[in-house]
Parts: sequence; structure tokens; C-alpha cells
Amino acid sequence: MKINGAHIVCKSLVQLGVDTIFGIPGGTVLDLYDVLPQYPQINHILVRHEQAAAFAADAYSRASGRVGVALVTSGPGATNTVTGIANAMMDSSGFVVLTGNQTQAMMGHDAFQECDITGVTLPITKHNYLVEDVRGIAPTMKEAFHIAGTGRRGPVLIDIPKNLFGEETNFVWPDKVDLPGYKPTRIGHARQIRQAAEVINGAQRPVILAGHGVIYSQAYQQLLAFAEKANIPVINTFLGLSSFPASHPLFYGMVGMHGMAYANFAVTNCDVLIGIGMRFDDRVTQYLPAFAPHAKIVHIDIDPAEIGKNVKTFTPIVGDVAPVLESLTEQVEKACHCEWTGQIDRWRREHPLTAPTPTTPLTTPWLIKLLSDVTRGDASVSTDVGQHQMWAGQYYWFNRPNALFSAGGLGAMGFGLPAAIGVAAARPGEDSWAILGDGGFMMTMQELATLAETQLPVKILLINNNSLGMVHQWQNIIYKNNIVHSDFKRHPDFVKLGEAFGIPTWRATNPDEYECALRKAAEAPGPAMIEAVTLASENVYPMVRRGRGIAEMIEA
Amino acid sequence: MKRQHILVALLQNRAGVLNRVVSLFRRRAFNIDSLTVGRTERTDVSRMTVVVDGENTDVEQVIKQLYKVIEVLKVSDVTADPSVISELALIKVTASVSQRAEIAALVDVFRCKVADVAADSMIVEVTGGEDKIENLLNLLRPYGIKEMARTGTIAMTRGASVSRMHELVEVAG
Repeated sequence: MKINGAHIVCKSLVQLGVDTIFGIPGGTVLDLYDVLPQYPQINHILVRHEQAAAFAADAYSRASGRVGVALVTSGPGATNTVTGIANAMMDSSGFVVLTGNQTQAMMGHDAFQECDITGVTLPITKHNYLVEDVRGIAPTMKEAFHIAGTGRRGPVLIDIPKNLFGEETNFVWPDKVDLPGYKPTRIGHARQIRQAAEVINGAQRPVILAGHGVIYSQAYQQLLAFAEKANIPVINTFLGLSSFPASHPLFYGMVGMHGMAYANFAVTNCDVLIGIGMRFDDRVTQYLPAFAPHAKIVHIDIDPAEIGKNVKTFTPIVGDVAPVLESLTEQVEKACHCEWTGQIDRWRREHPLTAPTPTTPLTTPWLIKLLSDVTRGDASVSTDVGQHQMWAGQYYWFNRPNALFSAGGLGAMGFGLPAAIGVAAARPGEDSWAILGDGGFMMTMQELATLAETQLPVKILLINNNSLGMVHQWQNIIYKNNIVHSDFKRHPDFVKLGEAFGIPTWRATNPDEYECALRKAAEAPGPAMIEAVTLASENVYPMVRRGRGIAEMIEA
Repeated sequence: MKRQHILVALLQNRAGVLNRVVSLFRRRAFNIDSLTVGRTERTDVSRMTVVVDGENTDVEQVIKQLYKVIEVLKVSDVTADPSVISELALIKVTASVSQRAEIAALVDVFRCKVADVAADSMIVEVTGGEDKIENLLNLLRPYGIKEMARTGTIAMTRGASVSRMHELVEVAG
């Protein structure tokens, strides 16, 4: 039986097991929205801006391990997703964006709401498609989801001209994808793994640097077994946080620009550095010649292009982290490295993070530490971008695997709230915490309306320092305290704002109010918001200035 | 002297592939001396030859990044392999009636051909390696070069080794 393209898209989504999509209707996708109610297994979450659809679908993918979907109209609908797509590309998050476009007859004529979105997104997608024939819809959907969700994940965009939604053909779901040029390597090369094991067995001062790839590979048990067998200290990249339990004695925090001093010392002084599912990003390495200068680097990553891109690698292993670590663990010898871990422990005692204390005015480290304590390090935490993001990396102790959702690579402000919505949709029945700054919150705060409508249990900790805090910090430290346009002279009343959207909101200006608000927010059945008022003068330390090695920190 | 690398890539013949490759080179700031794309013995496969400036660009990265383009099937660096390397150039040179014979003699020495003759100009068509074309250009320059078009280098390894579909093995790490 022949069905039209709109039904084919929906049937394809059903075939792919998609149960949640984030979107906003508009002219070119109305045929699709017209039939969507006939597919009750697909829950459509109506967001208030397409960027939020992309952020939410991205976070949904990260939280569920599946491929999220954003559905938007042509032109501005499509271009509004661009920041979300670029963000997912940088953080290797695999989701699919479905865009409508003008009818094929109109395309190329600058028609209303026409945009060459495949051209626009070419450099920021893992792959993209402009479907040219109604018969191409089903195979394209299958291919797109396969590409988005395998190998090094990444966003895939499918642009469908409006007329195809109305054209009819037989629905044929392909049994397999035919992509001769796309064969991600999953299993690591045996010889490389053997060589890596030899290097690790010969190490006196090894360090594991575990990244986001551990989480995408769901290799938490494998990482734990590997680290414990050879007793190797584990340090995370920012996005690698929650790949290893923070309460574990081998855990030594986060590396990099705002990493813990002892973590940065450990990486700088190690003799073997095992980078797992990470890409030696500049916020991790800072000044390259001073990065792990004594170390032989073992680099495990699923993307061959990451090997040797930024640092010289002694032993590369291309493959999926989980199976690679399984083989590697078999071949590494039990070891103690007690002198070395003792040394890092000494660094930790001598260079601890600033102790968070309950003070008035409130400070963000304490706000996050208390959240970490009351949720026992077990919450799903989305963050926005800036100071609070780094403090979340330092003071939230993630004990649950895959619990941090943040815009690491692109650093896209406005990510936090839509991401928390995506996480809440992916983890029904669980609270989804959003730690936000006032700057980032105001970039996507319209999503409070989405929250109020869906009643998803997103709990917002809005840390309001009346400032673009990280910019303020840079201007303070790097630009001789010349504070230019980073402080807000006037803000809305966030309690009234939350209430206006229908979100119960409490303001906290001292520790008692904050503890009370935390309790109320957790008890609220649906969404809730806490505005915690802090000072713009607080800086995130340690901090490594540009052009310095990671061991050269401003510590306080 | 910069070290040129000649890469041969086989691509699925789909809309927009060239766009993807060019976009990749631009955004990764890869320095490319020439790039040509054309058909192959199979209608569903195109062949691209890229001459990379190995002095300023990490050729290994170019190859790995090319493999990340979904439609790229195979990339080989043929620089070190014995290969036939050739390009075609059309050179329109000023030629008065009295100069025609001289130019024709040059053309003869270079085993290329005169593709067109007009009242005051000739088009010389030459195929060969970069050196040969550069040498001919140097000799033609005194007459006055009015216009030139070059195809860019294409390359094929000598002997029995081939870059064919059945060879399109998994992308190694």
C-alpha cells in the first residue's frame, strides 16, 4: 500500500524505536505534524525555540545512549538549531535533526523560509542529507540514525522538501545500511594493545586521563576494573566526569584550566599517561610543550583522526573504549604504585580545593557541594557554561555513571535548561537538576514554559551573581579588573519570573534559606527553581592562564 | 623546496561530496596545491587526486580527516610509489605569423601539440608532469602568455596494483 512521505517519516521513527522528539511546527513540516497524532508511541515535546529542541535532543541522546530527535521547520526553524548542532558535533553527541524545506520546485528561488541548511550545517554535522525523492526517506532515516549513533557519534541532519511529505510510495524498511565508506573500528589492534600493556607495566608513575568517550562507550565497569587492577590514579577531563566514581580512592578529580592542582601536578609529573576516550583539547593541555613532558602517551580513541592530532602518541589504540579496556586489563599486571599515589595524596593535602563554607553572601562552591551532599552524588546534573560549570566540575562529586550533561567543547551558553529537559525526558521518574548561571539562563529561559506545560521534574539551581561571571573573572585577572559589559545593571525578579511561568521558585540569600529551598525543590512533584544570590567578585580557582603549562596555576 | 604529497581518493559518486571535501580542507586550514575530481571505471565511484603541501600541512591528518567523510571509500598516498603523474594544460600564447614556426618547433621538442592557431595567437596543449609544463611555460613566456588553463595533477600507480572497489577494506587505525 502506498503511503505519503509524512507517514513514512513517522513509520521510520517507529521502526527506529524513537519514543520522544523535541520540536516546533512550521509551514514546511505541517504535513508531518498533521499525521503525528496517528503515532501515539511518539511523544512530541513542544519547545519554545528551535535551539532548545537541538540542545534537548542532544542531552536526551547523552542521557539515554540512544539517538535523540529534533524536528523543525525550514529557514529560521532550521538555522535556529545551528548552535545546538555545532555543540553536539564538538561533544560527539549523536542526534538527528529533521528539517522541512521548501518544495523542490521552489528551492533555489529564495522562496519564503527557504534556507540551504545542508550547506549551512555541512561543516558542523557528522553527515547530512537533502532527500530528493520520497523513496529515499526511509533508507536515509535508517542511515542517518546509524551514523549518528555509532563510531564517534555526531549530529546528522536530514532536510526534506515539503512536497515529499505529500508524495506517495510503498513503505519499504531496509534491513541494513549500505555505507562502504563508513566502518568504525570497534576492536582495538591486538599488537597495539600488547604494546600499551607493556608500556603500562613498565610505568612507575602512571595516570589515567578518562574522557567523554568512556561514557559514550558505557565502559564504567571496564575503567574501574582496569584502574583497580594496576592501581592507577584516575583523573577526568571535564566531560569525562561521572565516568568514574568520585568517592573512589583512586579518583583525583579534573584536569586542565580549572582542574584541581593535584590533578594537574599528577598529569605533569606522570611517566605514562593513558588517555581514554578523550582528545587532548586545549582546555585540558593548555601550553602543549609543558603538558605531561615526561610521559609516554597511550591514547585510546574511536576516532583515528584524534590520534596524534594535538599530542605525540607513544602507543595509539583505535577502538571502542569498552572492548579495548577489557583486552588491556587482561594484559596489565597487578601493581601498587603506592609511592606515586602517596605523592598525589600529598599534593592533595598541600594544594586542596578551597574548602566550601556556608557563608552570607552565598558562594557557589558551597551551593554545589551541598547539592552534591543532599543528592549523595547521585543526581543527573546539567549545567550551563561559565564559572558555575567549572565549580560543578570541582564540587559536585559524581558517583553515578553518566550524570553530567554540559556544553564542553563549544561552550554554548543557554545549554543547561533545555539539556535538563532532555535528560528528564530520557530518565522518566527522576529529578533532573540544572545548575545555571544568570547569563546562560537568560539565553534560553523561555523553556520554563515547556517545563510548566510538561511538568517534567527539572530542578533548577539558578546561581545569580548578576554577572557574566567567567567574563568578569577574565576581565578581573587578565584585563586588570577593567570590567566591561559583563555585569548586569538590571535583572528581572527571578522569583516573579518563575512564578509567572508557573514554576515554583524560591530565592536564597543565606545558607538557611538555601537549605530550605533545596528541600522544597526536591519535594515539589514537578519542576522547581531556586535563585541563589552570590557575588560577581568570586573567582574560580585554580586557573591556568593562556600560554602557561597546567602546573602553573593561580591557586587562589 | 616544499614536499608535495600526492593523495588518490576514491569517493562514492553522490551529490555534494566534492563540497564536503573542499569544506574540510578549508576549515582545517589544509594547504592544497591542486585538487581534481573525475569519473572512474565505475559510474558510482569518483576519483580525486589531491596534491598536498606537506611542508605546512600534516598529511597524515589530511588522510584521516578525509576518511571521516562518509562517502570517502579509500585514500592512498602514492607519493613514494612508482606512479604515472600527469596533468593537462592549455596555453594561449601570442604568436605572430613569423613566430609560429619557432613555437611549433618547441611544441615538437616537448611532444605536445598545437590545438589552435589564430591570426596572432596559438593554443598549445601539453600533458605531463609539473616540471615539464613549467619548463615549457618558461620557454613560452617571452612570446607572451595570454591565457592558461591547467587541470591539476592526476596520478595512477604503475604495474598491477590497483585502487579498486574490492580493495576497499576497513579503514585501519
